[in-house]
Amino acid sequence: MNRIEVVTRRTFLGGMFSAGAFVLAAKLMPEEAMAAPLTKAEKAAWNPNVYLGIETDGTVLLVTHRSEMGTGIRSVLPAVLADELEADWKRVKLEQAIGDAKYGSQNTDGSCSIRDFYDAFREAGATARHMLVAAAAEKWGVPASECKAQNHFVVHTSGKKLGYGELATAAAKQTAPNKADLKLKTPAEFRYIGKAMPTEDINDIVTGKGTFGIDAKMPGMVHAMIERSPVYGGKLKSVDDKEALAVKGVQKVVTLPHLTPPYGFKPLGGVAVIANSTWAAKKGREKLKIEWEAGENAAYDSAKYKQQLLETVRKPQKAARNIGDVDAEFAKGGKIHEAEYYVPHLSHAPMETPVAVADFKDGKVVIHTATQNPQAVQDTVAAALGIDKKNVECHVTLLGGGFGRKSKPDYVAEAALLSKQLGKPVKVTWTREDDIKFDYYHAVAAMYLKARLDDKGKPTAWLQRCAFPSIGAMFSPAANTGQGFELGMGWTNLPFDIPNHRAENGPAKAHVRIGWLRSVANIYHAFGVHSFADELAALANRDRVEYLLELLGKDRKVDIGARGPMADKFPLDTARLRRVIELAAEKSGWAKKKATKGHAWGIAAHWSFYSFIASVVEIVVDDKGKLRIPTVHIAADVGRVINPDRVQSQFEGASAFGAGIAMMSEITAKDGAIVQSNFNDYLVPRIQESPVMTHVHLVDSNDPPAGVGEPGVPPMLPAITNAIFAATGKRIRELPIRRQLA
Amino acid sequence: MITFKVNGVARKFDGDPEMPLLWYLRDEIELTGTKYGCGEGLCGACTVHVNGAAVRSCQTQMQSLAGKSVTTIEGLSATGTHPVQQAWKQVNAPQCGYCQTGQIMQAAALLKQKPKPTDADIDSAMRGNLCRCGTYQRIREAIKVAANTKPAAAKPAAAPKAATKGGDE
Repeated sequence: MNRIEVVTRRTFLGGMFSAGAFVLAAKLMPEEAMAAPLTKAEKAAWNPNVYLGIETDGTVLLVTHRSEMGTGIRSVLPAVLADELEADWKRVKLEQAIGDAKYGSQNTDGSCSIRDFYDAFREAGATARHMLVAAAAEKWGVPASECKAQNHFVVHTSGKKLGYGELATAAAKQTAPNKADLKLKTPAEFRYIGKAMPTEDINDIVTGKGTFGIDAKMPGMVHAMIERSPVYGGKLKSVDDKEALAVKGVQKVVTLPHLTPPYGFKPLGGVAVIANSTWAAKKGREKLKIEWEAGENAAYDSAKYKQQLLETVRKPQKAARNIGDVDAEFAKGGKIHEAEYYVPHLSHAPMETPVAVADFKDGKVVIHTATQNPQAVQDTVAAALGIDKKNVECHVTLLGGGFGRKSKPDYVAEAALLSKQLGKPVKVTWTREDDIKFDYYHAVAAMYLKARLDDKGKPTAWLQRCAFPSIGAMFSPAANTGQGFELGMGWTNLPFDIPNHRAENGPAKAHVRIGWLRSVANIYHAFGVHSFADELAALANRDRVEYLLELLGKDRKVDIGARGPMADKFPLDTARLRRVIELAAEKSGWAKKKATKGHAWGIAAHWSFYSFIASVVEIVVDDKGKLRIPTVHIAADVGRVINPDRVQSQFEGASAFGAGIAMMSEITAKDGAIVQSNFNDYLVPRIQESPVMTHVHLVDSNDPPAGVGEPGVPPMLPAITNAIFAATGKRIRELPIRRQLA
Repeated sequence: MITFKVNGVARKFDGDPEMPLLWYLRDEIELTGTKYGCGEGLCGACTVHVNGAAVRSCQTQMQSLAGKSVTTIEGLSATGTHPVQQAWKQVNAPQCGYCQTGQIMQAAALLKQKPKPTDADIDSAMRGNLCRCGTYQRIREAIKVAANTKPAAAKPAAAPKAATKGGDE
């Protein structure tokens, strides 16, 4: 790297990211943190920032630092930069980043890739565009105002033009404009933003050439499968590996360190069978004879735990939101309605199980894995091996689904530990049974809701109580109540205009690993809150859409207790929620639909990940209680849409994902261990069970882009059960629905 | 010693006769387009063709393959020009893509048997293939496009250039 580049990059970054939202510059990092290999972008003739390189032949190299698990983010976010750069997408090459803090957060989770990086990527592209224009103007000796960037060229008013490749070296010597002088494109000038762009990996995917975590390999690598304690936190008592070692292809049996709290992302421990093939490792593992000491979670039983949670929510608990005085209002008597709801544990079950390949050598480890968060891999592996995280080089493959599971890198630490122990590259493969039995489960939850109704059937007081084991318990064993981020997902931010409202949360101890799963706490909160709203509408014998709009009250920004720039940028604006309810009703032809026995429509609207979603679901229940979903209409206001096709596909997917949670998925524990093991007993929706046709209606918006991957899930659950009530008169208060309609 | 063909190439195998074809393909001859999803024939991610019929390679023991002909996604068409692959691209069916090779192999077998499948035929043939991203709606559409029973809506064309893969390079 020559001096000019270094100076320019520093100047550039100083101008661009002076707000310091995240550290971008490799050169701003301490010298010893530069162990990571250079990207192609960094080696290019001009490397204005960590995401971008321009070669003298005009090739634009874009580094994609977020993980690809089906949202399209690998090409969607770079397209934002390319748009502002006014680059020709055909001349763009993408490069997947390794884990490195210089990129800012790489945690592809929480529906935040676009939300957190849209502005920065636009500024990064626009800054480079300004410098290319300045370089051309200098070469021609004309004012920059007479030049403009146009599809990979800078063009002068006289008609002469220079390509980006020809300008790269000269642009590198330009001073970066201050952020204040940066001219971003107007929406009318967008070339890629708002357009259905090609999906980067589709050719590889349909030909089987895409490299997923399970396809990663290293020369000389051995295969490992690990037997883990069936009870969470259990300890290895004894192991007899004689028969396992006799299996052809098995090389060795080794023990992993015992897990100690706080568990976080640490590997679970256990006994690993090392073999020369996946099959031999699996066969060998089946022959292990292990005794475990189950420990403190040995009595975990889902049926008993459910009763415990229900008892908790039947008693007053700590208020997380308190408006007016619900108690005084309830004391007035009159019409009161109460209901209890329950949602079980769920497993992520991405189609690709957790898999990692690691090679530890000379104090450094190189990893190839499907991860949503390569920086968490660095931290977790560094802690497990006792090395500095700069010595953890994590390459990110395509992910065969994630849904939150692959942001928890316990499986990667397993591979790294084994590689260090064995002195050779190791691939750890989780079987589907491992995946189902040792997940970070979506929390089981119980809820109690109570309302006092006026003579028109509108609530004058609304009390809601929930109890669920918190994700926080993974990181601090003392955390036995819902954390703020969990309660902020559809519990304390009730959008309804009710003068007296209290949202409470009670304690619940975690007996398995608890983790975030696509849309997280919104799953159960939305089910409870929007089922209850539908119950009230039914009691009042009102049209559900009209009642829902009345509950919302006049258009306003709801005070959800959040403060700061994110709260200002993404308010809970009930006008936007109202619009999606109206849009879903309009597009589904709600007003003209008449429920008949076994055939009806249901609606629910929910705000999550700063997006406003309303879903209308049509259901048919036959005489035998079999449920079908012919159509779903989802109206979504997600702010500005970057790639409409990929946004649409996320909502189509959320429709199926949500329907599966409502209809069939359930994880239970007995004697401390998880009962389910594979897709025969952990049910997820198949083609004939999924909604047949999901229509997605996107609100045309200039608001900042909000979340897309997750917010389609929560409203599906209550929309389905609300439709079932309309069709059958049966109110489903417990998920999954499964046999409740028979 | 078992002799058989994979994608037209003659192969010999004298390892564990009970080893599933899936692991032979993936670990031994590095045809990794065939995916592991459940190991129990429950998800269809490992679907290949044996003598033209769709089978779950995780449930197909090596000893059952003597004299047979196996086709994997790599042999369906290495360039992605099979009508089913084309249709998949046309409707932009995949999300994460992991289960899609199995889906495509299953759909290709269906169309060979029933060139104009009904919705019920599609549900029946594809019910063994799980997709956690929930791409079923587009899979159904893609099968109809491949069968020429439905024109594809305008969707973006596939990327015209070579893709940069994930970290395994």
